[in-house]
Amino acid sequence: MKRYSWFNVTSLAAGFAFLYLPILILIIYSFNENRLVTIWAGFSTKWYVELFQNELFLDAAWVTLQVAVISSTVATVLGVMAAYVLIRAGRFWGQTLFSGLIYAPLVMPEIITGLSLLLLFIGIGLDRGITTIVLAHTTFSMCFVSVVVSSRLVLFDRSLEEAALDLGCTHWQAFQLVTLPNILPAIISGWLLAFTLSLDDLVIASFSAGPGATTLPIRIWSSVRLGVSPEINALSTILIGFVTFGIILASLISKWKSLSNSTDL
Amino acid sequence: MPADDIDPWDDPTAKPLIRFDRVTKRFGEFTAINNLSLNIFETEFFALLGPSGCGKTTLMRMLAGFESPTEGHIFLSGQDLAPIPPNKRMVNMMFQSYALFPHLTIYDNIAFGLRRQKTPKAELAERVDEMLNLTRLEKFAHRKPDQISGGQRQRVALARSLAKKPKLLLLDEPLGALDKKLRQETQFELMDIQEKTGTTFVIVTHDQEEAMTVASRVAVMDEGQLVQVSTPDVIYEMPNSVYVADFIGDVNLIEGKAKKVEDGIDLNWAENQPTLHCKTNKSVSNGQICHLAIRPEKITIQSDTPETKNKVQGTILDIAYLGNISTYHVQLSSGHVIKAQTSNTRRIARRSFTWEDTVWLSWTETAGIVLDK
Repeated sequence: MKRYSWFNVTSLAAGFAFLYLPILILIIYSFNENRLVTIWAGFSTKWYVELFQNELFLDAAWVTLQVAVISSTVATVLGVMAAYVLIRAGRFWGQTLFSGLIYAPLVMPEIITGLSLLLLFIGIGLDRGITTIVLAHTTFSMCFVSVVVSSRLVLFDRSLEEAALDLGCTHWQAFQLVTLPNILPAIISGWLLAFTLSLDDLVIASFSAGPGATTLPIRIWSSVRLGVSPEINALSTILIGFVTFGIILASLISKWKSLSNSTDL
Repeated sequence: MPADDIDPWDDPTAKPLIRFDRVTKRFGEFTAINNLSLNIFETEFFALLGPSGCGKTTLMRMLAGFESPTEGHIFLSGQDLAPIPPNKRMVNMMFQSYALFPHLTIYDNIAFGLRRQKTPKAELAERVDEMLNLTRLEKFAHRKPDQISGGQRQRVALARSLAKKPKLLLLDEPLGALDKKLRQETQFELMDIQEKTGTTFVIVTHDQEEAMTVASRVAVMDEGQLVQVSTPDVIYEMPNSVYVADFIGDVNLIEGKAKKVEDGIDLNWAENQPTLHCKTNKSVSNGQICHLAIRPEKITIQSDTPETKNKVQGTILDIAYLGNISTYHVQLSSGHVIKAQTSNTRRIARRSFTWEDTVWLSWTETAGIVLDK
């Protein structure tokens, strides 16, 4: 089969256009001189300058970043623990129920998750702010981490852990020295997934955010209701840059990890 | 090996390295090991042989500490193993899948166990080099497991499990993943290494040839019990049951009614056929149903009527030509098919018999063995 047949090239081009054309347009228009978003009037970076002078956006960005880092880290720890128990503990009473319960938030409508969390926070009298957003994001992103990590754990040869025990490791050492290095790529991608989910969540954040803490998606959404400004385009471009950088970094890390020979502890 | 002539398993005063004392292991309703007692002695190369599901792997995993007996006790050098976790036992295991750590180099894989017991640096390096040397892996020390061949991986697994100088090395189907030629070479290598290191080896296998080749003693298992425990030659020449005779090598089993005679029994095995005589000192009652087991290589095939007492006539149904030997399947008028083996000392073109030929089969009165179970 020819590698560069017209069919292959067309389907590739169509697919990528479908995925990335809207984003590309957004990036191009963020450098637009004109205040009207859809009319090109020459190259300019003035919207970026304005963005960095806008306190509201900067505050929201800082809140979003804090929430994303904390919630994805907590979600990764919880998700790895859940995956490990569900895959490794063998059959136990209620196992099917537990795994079902962990994966249910994947298909739960976000609006329901958001509403139920709101009711809980009001019920226990927790003031809405960064803490509540972090809790809410941890709740819904840990199941994604757990799915990613357990799919790796299923493939992981259990006799490797037994070999570690056999050679003198305690259970914790076996996990630390053998299991962890081997499922690390899955954990990193789980963390990145949780981070990204937290970064772009609007629905759940709107339920759990309070007057003191607004995340970037909420800020963008509320300002877009007053009309799309080129500032938003600039902000989105920066966000895209952030995510792209993160993904490239993650893939470089896992590549370097697998190539390096110095894994001695 | 002890200097005296007597083997440790025949010496009632010898202290076993491992003692299974009435061990039973159940998984829920299923009984994997059923009231089993067994002694294994120092520097033995002991083979656990049986079909899959016979409990041999469970027995090994109990020694390693990954399973614990439901009833009974296992002793290593007189010490009850039950309270000792796997990481504290002087027992190491070579896994069927090798279980090499993919993120570590060959060197670090072998050093893994030594590092856990905080071996001083110089001593560690010396020991790892010794292991690399023993398994001829010096050149591959800094490769990762996925950068070497299957045979080399097998040797890494062996080196890693020997590095801590265990009292007992367990080998779970160690050669299962290798092709036949490499497997045979490796069998001799294993025996070599076992002799050099003086470690007690317990090997689990379903391959009877492998067990016969490497082991000092073989335990044939079935359904969680030991059927026979003995040296390879006794297992082959004097199986204690139809199960063992049939499991090890090729065998002809002729069922019939026994009749006691002076130095053995006469077997009445088919109507209108002369009885078969077999020397035995087994006490068999008159009229008891038993089996006569004869190995195919102990049967002579010829066209003239033989002089011996045990002879049957039939026609050749099939010939399996294996190069060095040929196995003839001969159908008797009673419907029995008997296998007879001959060495091909002559070229195949000069073979005396062919399909449909009428031939005589004969064997001596000591060739067969009477089995009553």
